[in-house]
Amino acid sequence: MSNHNITLAEDSIEQKTTTINLGPTHPATHGVFQNIMELDGERVVSTEQTVGYIHRAFEKLAERRPLYQITPITDRLNYCSSPINNMGWHLTCEKLLGVQTPKRVDYLRVIIMELARIADHLICNSIVGVDAGAFTGFLYVMQYRELIYEIYEEVCGSRLTTNIGRIGGFERNFTNTAFTKLEKFLKEYPVALGELESLLTRNRIFMERTIGGGAISAERALNYGFTGPNLRAAGVDYDVRVHSPYSSYQDFEFDIPVGKTGDNYDRFLVRNQEMWQSLRIIQQAYNKVQEFKGADAEIYHADVPEYYLPKKEDVYTKMEALIWHFKIIMGEVDMPKGEVYQSVEGGNGELGFYMISDGGRTPFRLHFRRPCFIYYQAYPELVKDSMLSDAILTMSSLNLIAGELDA
Amino acid sequence: MAISNEYIQQKLVEKFGDQVFNFEDTYGMLCFEATKELNLKVLQFLYDEPSLGFQFLTDLCGVNFPESADRELAVVYHLHNLVENVRIRFKVFTPVTAPDVYTATQLYSTANWMERETYDFYGVNFVGHPNLKRILNVDEMDYFPLRKEFPLEDQTRIDKDDEMFGRG
Repeated sequence: MSNHNITLAEDSIEQKTTTINLGPTHPATHGVFQNIMELDGERVVSTEQTVGYIHRAFEKLAERRPLYQITPITDRLNYCSSPINNMGWHLTCEKLLGVQTPKRVDYLRVIIMELARIADHLICNSIVGVDAGAFTGFLYVMQYRELIYEIYEEVCGSRLTTNIGRIGGFERNFTNTAFTKLEKFLKEYPVALGELESLLTRNRIFMERTIGGGAISAERALNYGFTGPNLRAAGVDYDVRVHSPYSSYQDFEFDIPVGKTGDNYDRFLVRNQEMWQSLRIIQQAYNKVQEFKGADAEIYHADVPEYYLPKKEDVYTKMEALIWHFKIIMGEVDMPKGEVYQSVEGGNGELGFYMISDGGRTPFRLHFRRPCFIYYQAYPELVKDSMLSDAILTMSSLNLIAGELDA
Repeated sequence: MAISNEYIQQKLVEKFGDQVFNFEDTYGMLCFEATKELNLKVLQFLYDEPSLGFQFLTDLCGVNFPESADRELAVVYHLHNLVENVRIRFKVFTPVTAPDVYTATQLYSTANWMERETYDFYGVNFVGHPNLKRILNVDEMDYFPLRKEFPLEDQTRIDKDDEMFGRG
């Protein structure tokens, strides 16, 4: 980069600019992000992002995979909240196939999705703390992410890239251990979250560091296609869970926290409040799940023989089950023709799936609307004229996830 | 009161006549096409018209239909009216030999990277884009990988040296 087109401010620190290369693997950025920054002293004059370092061509891969094999791909988008991506994908398929899921499945999904949202937000917020110089909170809440991962493990067997659920529901019913762990989480996490808040929210140093940094107005945020907590921090109460309810979110009572200035501090506050709301939703969902008794409490998937794998014992003993098992595994089921867009409220915004099916066995085209990719473009505007260290803080407060950015 | 798909269609036809066509209702979402020269005018109209107000660009992506002559590439816009909470899908088609489509970056800052992505994967040339270069792929790449003419590797091929993949 050259300095030709840059006009320095009157109070320029050094009267000239320095170009630095921040990333792609810089210890201060959490993930593979490269920024070529033009600095005047320590002040950011301009920056240009380079993305694509971990591009894995998911959209191309998806064009050859049957639906169930695409779920693990979605794991690797926003890997801090994989279950939301998985559920979003299942919902997309269900919309295309016209599958109606039972209420109990919806509520179980809500529990898992809200746990994922908490896992996502708590990492983001505690990392903001780390970048502002407070390491303690991060290590402290990490224990509770561990607890969330244990619940995932109990439900689906894996932790980070979960591949949780199936088209139509879950692969197995929730065990009692899963519910016990959920109860433990519901009891203990509010205390920890309260402590994280008391460590940071009114902390003078933290406030000085974050207030006013990386601010964006509601108009600019909308124009930049912001969604999720970043948009809400700017004062727009858009939430997919409320605007286009999926998975029975309309049955729950919760608030949408909004900020005012769209700066790092407001983003932090909005995420914190959202965690409280998520806890509220999980509690309600758990209560609703408890209301199912007897045979109803055994429902954990919809009846979709074409896409939902039959029970293993049936595969070995029943002809029909064996046929379906074979057809599903080999991806020999033709999908209906159609074009569908389904979005869910992901950890950092509206995660959309746009699928075109030409009646074949794999999607003709699948496009992921990745919130990260869309709002990261605003980064130069957000950090212009701020200090380099605040630019780092802004990056983590946007909750950029490299996997989602590069797809 | 939410604006209905019929109303949107009626408004569009009033304004653009037979330049907008193929109206469809896909899973509740209105979907339509326009000639590619008009894409910006249609987007601007949807943005400015007070009773429509589609001011949020949710998504922009490309699609390749190798079978349909002179309509090989499509650019698909997903627009959202956040106030009335209505979504629509709008498409323009372009021949692969002259893939020029006007950019929407003047209207939506967010279109910048989405168009770069579409260019990167499908080679749609967005006329007037301020910085149309590859975004996810390497700069030296000389083809557009998501076009259907580039199939994925045959999974059953046997000419690979297993030793190179730790299976020797």
